[in-house]
Amino acid sequence: MSKGTGGTLSVMWQGITRSPSGFTGMCLVAAILIFVFGGRFLVDHHNPTDADAIWKPMSGAHWLGTNFEGKDTFTKLVLGGAEPIWVGALAAVVTVIIAVVLGALAGYLRGRFDDLVLQLTDITMTMPFITVLIIIASYFREISPWMVGLIIGLLTWPFLTRSIRAQVLSLKEREFIEAAQLQNLGTMRIVFVDILPNMAGYIFINFIIAVTNAIYAIVGLYLLGLLPSTAENWGLMIQQAWQNSAYLLPRALPFLLAPLAMIALFQVGLVLMTRSLEQALNPRLRDR
Amino acid sequence: MPEPRIPAPRRPEAGTTLLELTGVEQTFHTKRGDVPAVAGVDLTVRAGKVLCLVGESGCGKTTTARAAAGLTRPTAGTVRFRGSDVSTLDAKGRQEFREAVQYIHQDPYASLNPVRTVYSTVTAGLRRHGHVRDRAEARRKAAELLERVDLTPAESYLDKYPHQLSGGQRQRVAIARALAMDSEVLIADESTSMLDVSIRVSLLNTLGRLRDQLNVGFLFITHDLAVAKYFAWDGDIAVMYLGRIVEQGPTPQIINDPQHPYTKALISAVCEPDPRLARAKKAVRLRGSEIPSLTELPNGCTFHPRCPLFEADTCDSAAPPLSLLDGGTRLLACHVVARDHEQAGVG
Repeated sequence: MSKGTGGTLSVMWQGITRSPSGFTGMCLVAAILIFVFGGRFLVDHHNPTDADAIWKPMSGAHWLGTNFEGKDTFTKLVLGGAEPIWVGALAAVVTVIIAVVLGALAGYLRGRFDDLVLQLTDITMTMPFITVLIIIASYFREISPWMVGLIIGLLTWPFLTRSIRAQVLSLKEREFIEAAQLQNLGTMRIVFVDILPNMAGYIFINFIIAVTNAIYAIVGLYLLGLLPSTAENWGLMIQQAWQNSAYLLPRALPFLLAPLAMIALFQVGLVLMTRSLEQALNPRLRDR
Repeated sequence: MPEPRIPAPRRPEAGTTLLELTGVEQTFHTKRGDVPAVAGVDLTVRAGKVLCLVGESGCGKTTTARAAAGLTRPTAGTVRFRGSDVSTLDAKGRQEFREAVQYIHQDPYASLNPVRTVYSTVTAGLRRHGHVRDRAEARRKAAELLERVDLTPAESYLDKYPHQLSGGQRQRVAIARALAMDSEVLIADESTSMLDVSIRVSLLNTLGRLRDQLNVGFLFITHDLAVAKYFAWDGDIAVMYLGRIVEQGPTPQIINDPQHPYTKALISAVCEPDPRLARAKKAVRLRGSEIPSLTELPNGCTFHPRCPLFEADTCDSAAPPLSLLDGGTRLLACHVVARDHEQAGVG
């Protein structure tokens, strides 16, 4: 049964590798992260405009051809990944922290604090977040992607808050929570050390879902041309490809399809990965 | 262990009154009316002694136990710990009460946090309240506690999760947790009913050692008279019916010579494994088997619709007081038996 005390990591590893699709997802995510964050150090950041090399097809010099300005598409692909991933992570961190703290405390404490949180979730939920985001982005033309991530995080927490609150409502009635109260462990310790780890898998999965949603949102804003067009970003590449009708020109297709594929693969990888995470984080599923 | 053992904390002397319930009432307000789950209960838990609370399901045993443990606030009456009212304690007094009075749940599958290891569960209180200096000391203390409840070798249990343990082992972990802060009173709510018989006896023996060696006072809730007899032979039994105590006294008296018709019925319902004895035993026949609803309690003595000794006008007019029988050690709440004894004493 038990694999000894030293093997917690190896037991986690077993949980991660048990589900083939989950493991595939994890490899996919890892590969893209290495491509994006490792690749930065390998490509030439100086990617000059070259009027003689516009829309070049794939070749040894330009692995994915060149774009409408004659810039190397592969270099842009490598450099364009960091921003959406960071923004996605930032938005997810903000969302999950707000949701976990408010949801768990509201569910555990009930009373006036709970009422207040519920009101706040209701109000925030009625705001159409994409519309609000578009209005903000078009009003402040020079808004930074970080700001966008923060706004996404500040607008998307209510759903997770609600479901965490609901789960805490049921978990706090369990006897082991009463046992913790009998030890006078204190509200904070009971909520964050005894209750929340029981839903670690759920919170983690929602974190990943929040990352994917935020990536879609930021890419969408770039696609609509609402964010400054100076950055390196997969979303911006798609928008520029679209604006310059790259889809009409077969040899220009990589400039449109490569960032699309990266976004799609990264999202698929994240979603598949959640399956393994669940197993790795739940001690009961872990070593069966 | 080479290191000298930390001197044991002061333990209360056997017989000291630790927990005192006076006139405890607990009424639940529901849509179908008020439910008086507990209607005026007086109990005293003493160090090194066992007080066993027996009765059918739904008679208010658990509600009483939860009020005694401070898990719920009774609607009337007081729970006193070492003389001070538990509901008016300040933070420091509350902490002392919480360390001294612990409650063991019925279901060891629900009372342990599935994501915490045994070590973490057992030492949570110690670490939170600064009773241990570092992790090494906490582990040593945890191992000591596990040995005290016969989980040996303790080291091999420290890093296990609840799902890796059997029911009996889990219940021992729950008891070790309850003992961690040198508790003086253990309130055990059907704590052995989920375990099979051989494990039950060994667990009762473990609890018995705690009682005798550490002077732990027990409020032991059970519906199983055999368990009550085994564990509380030197203590008292209180028999509860519909939120009231109907008979209370030293265990040998209650088991061997029950006086209240309800106690008699309970004892006659215990299965006798020896067929000859079983045939010789005459079952007490009740007039009805249905337990009245708590929302529509019968007038007078609440047991009268089922009672074989029922006498019209006596039993259904006034509730019998719980008073000493024959000036002895036994408390009884029955008009008929009390009157008969009085007459026998006079005549």
